Amino acid sequence: MKRHLVSTADLSRDDALLILDTAEELAHLSGRSVKKLPTLRGRTVVNLFFEDSTRTKTSFEVAEKRLSADVINFSAKGSSVSKGESLKDTALTLQAMGADAVVIRHHASGAPARLAGSDWLHGSVINAGDGTHEHPTQALLDAFTIRRHLNPGTGHDLAGRRVAIVGDVLHSRVARSNVHLLTTLGAEVTFVAPPTLLPIGIENWPCQVSYDLDAVLPKTDALMMLRVQRERMNAAFFPTEREYSRRYGMNGIRMAQLPEHAIVMHPGPMVRGMEITAEVADSPRCTAVEQVANGVSVRMAVLYLLLGGAVFADAPADASRTDSPEAAK
Amino acid sequence: MTTPISASAPRPPHQVLDAGDITRIVTRIAHEIVERAKGADDVVLLGIHTRGVHLARRLQARLNQVAGREIPLGTLDITMYRDDLRLKPARALEHTEIPAEGIDGKLVILVDDVLFSGRTIRAALDALSDIGRPRAVQLAVLVDRGHRELPIRADYVGKNLPTSLREAVQVQLADTDGRDAVLVGDRDYAARSSQALAAQPSDPHLPE
Amino acid sequence: MTSYLIRNVQILGGAPQDILIADGVFREIGTGLTAEADIDIDGHGLIALPGLVDLHTHLREPGREDAETVLTGTQAAAKGGYTAVHAMANTFPVADTAGVVEQVWRLGQESGYCDVQPVGAVTVGLEGKKLAELGAMHDSAAGVRVFSDDGKCVDDAVIMRRALEYVKAFDGVVAQHAQEPRLTEGAQMNEGQVSGELGLGGWPAVAEEAIIARDVLLAAHVGSRLHVCHLSTAGSVEIVRWAKAKGWDVTAEVTPHHLLLTDELVRSYDPVYKVNPPLRTAADVEALRAALADGTIDAVATDHAPHPAEDKDCEWAVAAMGMVGLETALSVVQQTMVDTGLLNWEGVADRMSHRPARIGRLTGHGRPVSVGEPANLVLFDPAYRGLVDPDSFATRSRNTPYRGLDLPGRVHATFLRGTATVLAGELAEQGGLK
Ligand SMILES: [Zn+2]
Repeated sequence: MKRHLVSTADLSRDDALLILDTAEELAHLSGRSVKKLPTLRGRTVVNLFFEDSTRTKTSFEVAEKRLSADVINFSAKGSSVSKGESLKDTALTLQAMGADAVVIRHHASGAPARLAGSDWLHGSVINAGDGTHEHPTQALLDAFTIRRHLNPGTGHDLAGRRVAIVGDVLHSRVARSNVHLLTTLGAEVTFVAPPTLLPIGIENWPCQVSYDLDAVLPKTDALMMLRVQRERMNAAFFPTEREYSRRYGMNGIRMAQLPEHAIVMHPGPMVRGMEITAEVADSPRCTAVEQVANGVSVRMAVLYLLLGGAVFADAPADASRTDSPEAAK
Repeated sequence: MTTPISASAPRPPHQVLDAGDITRIVTRIAHEIVERAKGADDVVLLGIHTRGVHLARRLQARLNQVAGREIPLGTLDITMYRDDLRLKPARALEHTEIPAEGIDGKLVILVDDVLFSGRTIRAALDALSDIGRPRAVQLAVLVDRGHRELPIRADYVGKNLPTSLREAVQVQLADTDGRDAVLVGDRDYAARSSQALAAQPSDPHLPE
Repeated sequence: MTSYLIRNVQILGGAPQDILIADGVFREIGTGLTAEADIDIDGHGLIALPGLVDLHTHLREPGREDAETVLTGTQAAAKGGYTAVHAMANTFPVADTAGVVEQVWRLGQESGYCDVQPVGAVTVGLEGKKLAELGAMHDSAAGVRVFSDDGKCVDDAVIMRRALEYVKAFDGVVAQHAQEPRLTEGAQMNEGQVSGELGLGGWPAVAEEAIIARDVLLAAHVGSRLHVCHLSTAGSVEIVRWAKAKGWDVTAEVTPHHLLLTDELVRSYDPVYKVNPPLRTAADVEALRAALADGTIDAVATDHAPHPAEDKDCEWAVAAMGMVGLETALSVVQQTMVDTGLLNWEGVADRMSHRPARIGRLTGHGRPVSVGEPANLVLFDPAYRGLVDPDSFATRSRNTPYRGLDLPGRVHATFLRGTATVLAGELAEQGGLK
C-alpha cells in the first residue's frame, strides 16, 4: 500500500481487501466496553479541514481517538491569508508540529495530491474529500457496507455485484472514488444521471451509463443515491426540482422495482424529497445510518494501515535484525 | 547434535520436538490445568495468533476429554497492542473471538507456542484488560526458550529450551505448516535460506 | 561599435558562410571573408536565424514587478534569441492609454536587450465594455499597431466588430484571446477525459472555436485584419484554415507549450502545467504542429507569462495560469518541428521572425539575413544537449513546465542591431544600446 491515500485508483485489489478485512476486525471494537486501542499512541494526526464537514470530521476524529492517536483539529476555513498561500504555509506549520498524518478536506480538487506530492510535509496524507475529485474513505465504507450485505466474509470481493450510482456524477467525489474501488473489487458499476450531470469522456470510464433509472433498478444489487445540490438547477443542469425528482428521485414505487436483496445507500446528508423520499430513507433497506458506523471502522483501518506500521524513512532496511528478540515476529 | 558450530557457516536447523512429543505435552498440560484449576470449572482458553490458536484448540480437545465437558475457547490477536509496530509495515489483523460467556471473573489461560522476551504476553495482558476483568490469568506455552525482557513467566511449560540469541526457534504445526515439530537453528541461517526455517514468508516467526 | 566576424555559420541551415557585423548592419556575407573584426566567433555547427520576434509576451511591468520587469523580461527574450517582443496589455494599470504604452516602450528602450513593442488594450481596463483610445495609443511614441485584451476575450460581438473596423484607420490588428466566457466559468483545464477523472472544471475546445469562428466571419464582413492568439485545438486550426482559404486576412499563432505538452500532465495537479488556454490532447498537438508546418498557423508566440513562486506553490484551483517560455521557445520548436522533419530552419525563421514581424508591422525586424540589413541575429546551436535548469533563467520567474526536461539546442548569441545581447550563451554585460 502507498504511504498516502489520495485516490482509490491507487489501491490494488489486495490493498482494498486488506482495508476491508481490517475494518471488519476493528468493527468488533464497538461492541466492547473499552472502545479503544493503544495502537497509535504517540502518533499525531491532524484533521485539516478547509471545508465544513461535521460528519466526515467527526468520523475521522472518533477513529483517531479509538486508536489513541493525538488529535489536532486544524480548521483552516476563514483564514485571512489567501487560500493558496495558506495550504503551503499550513502544511509547513503542521510539519513543524510533527504531524504523522494529515487528514485533509479541501474545496479544491487535487489539494491532497498536491500535499502528498510536495515536500511541504512528510507525514501520510489522507484525502477526506477534495473538490469534485475523490473521497476515498467514503468509497471504502460504501464497499464495506455493500460487502456486508451482498458477499459477507473476510477476503471476499464484490465480483459480479451490480451497483448503480444515481445523481450528480459530474460534481461527485463519491462517484469518482467508488467507480475505481468498486471495479477494482469486481463489481459492475452503472452511473444513472441526466446527461448534463455526467462528465465528458465518461464513455471511457470502467462503468456503464444510463439515463433511465427505471430500466436499471431491476438489475441492481446496491443502489447508491448521490446528493444533488439545488444550486445546480440555476446553472441549467436540470429544469426543476420536480422534474429531477420525477426522473431520478428514489421513491417507494421505484424501491419495489429493486430485487428483494438489494440495498439503498446514501452518503448523507440526504436531501429528502428531491433525491430520496422519506419512505425510502426510513426503510430497512436503506443503509445510510449503518454507513455512518461503518465509516468509523473503515477510517480506523486506513489510519492503522498507514500509520500503525513502520514509517518508510525511519524503518531500518532489515527490521528483523534489531536488538529486541521479538522484533522480527 | 554433532554439527560443529562455526561463525562463518550458520548452522542448519535441527529438530528438538517431534509430533509425538507435542501431543504428549498437550496432554500433560491439560492434566496439569485440571489439577491446578480444581476441575477447570471457570477456565477460558485464549489462543494467541497464529500458532497459539492451534495449540489452544488441541488443548481444548484434550481438556474436554479430561474434564468431561466443553471448555470455552477463544482467540486473541494482539497486533494492535504490540510495542514494536513501527519496526515493520502494518500487518493484517487476525480474528479476535471472545467466547460468548465473556472473561469477567473467569480463569483465563493464554496459550502461545514460544515464550521468549515476554512482550507478546505483555501485549496480550493489555488486550485482556480492555476486554474484561478475569479472576486470574495464566499462561501455557509449548516452548520456553528464555531471554525474558519483562517480569513474565509461564504457568504451564511444554519444554524448557535453553537457546542463544543467535538461534531461532520455530514451531511447526500441521494446521499451518503441514507437520508438527519444533526446530532450533541459526538466525543467520534462517535469514539466508528462506526455505530452511520460514514456514510462512509473511510471518517467519523466527526469534520467538 | 564592436564588430563581429562569425565564421562558418549556417544561415537558415544552409552551407557554412561568414558574416561580418559592423555599424549595426550585416556588412559582408560570404565564404572566407578576410575582413578584420574586433571579435571573431567560431560559427561551426551553429545556425544563424534572423532575430526572433514574439507576438505575445507578458512583461508584467508596470504592476507585477515581483514576477517580471521589462529589464528581466527582455533579458530573458535575448537569451531566447529574440530581438523584439510584443508586451501584452494586462498590466497594472492596464496598457489602455497612451501614457502606459509609452512608459512600457521607454522601459524597453532603456533595457537595451530587446525591442519592446507595447500592445494596447482593446477595451478600457480589459473589461470588454468600452473601446480604449486605440488611436491615441497608435499615435503615441510607442506606435501601437497590435491591440489585445489578452487574458480576457473581447466576447461582445459588437465591440469586437467595432474594434476590427476602427483599427483599419492605422493598419492595426486585433489579437483575440478566444475564450467564450460563459462556457469557461470555473474552467481549470481542458475539458475531456482527464478533467472528468480529476474533477477539475472543464475548458472545452468549443469555447475557443466558437469565438474564432465568429471573429473570422466578423473580420471578413468588415474587411479587417484579425490575429488569433495561441490556437490550442484541432478545431481552431480547421476554422483558420477555412478562413484563409476564403482569402480573409486572418493570422494565427501557437505557443511552444501547445506544440509539446498535453493535458495528461495535469494528472500531477502541479500548477506549473496550468495555463490559458489549457494544455489539450495529443490529437490537438498533432494538428497544431501540422498547421504550423503548412502555414495555416503563421507564428510561434511564447505567451511568456511569468508568475512568482507563491502563485504556483499552491493547490491547482487557486494557482495562476501561465508559463514562462522565452528562454525555451526555440528549443521546443527544434524538438517538435525541426527534429520531427516538419519544418526546416528557413521555416523556423519564417514562423518565428518574418511573419510575426509582418503581423506586428515591425519594419526593423524579421528582415532577411543579407548585406545592409539591420544586424538582428541569433546564433543557435542545435547539437547542444542539456536539461532545462530554471535557475539559469534570466526571467525573474521560474514557472517553466520544462524543468529537468532534456530539450535540444541552445542560443549561443543574439545580436540586436549589431550589438551582442547574448554571447556564448550568457547575457552580454550590458545591453549596449544605451
Ligand atoms: Zn491569452
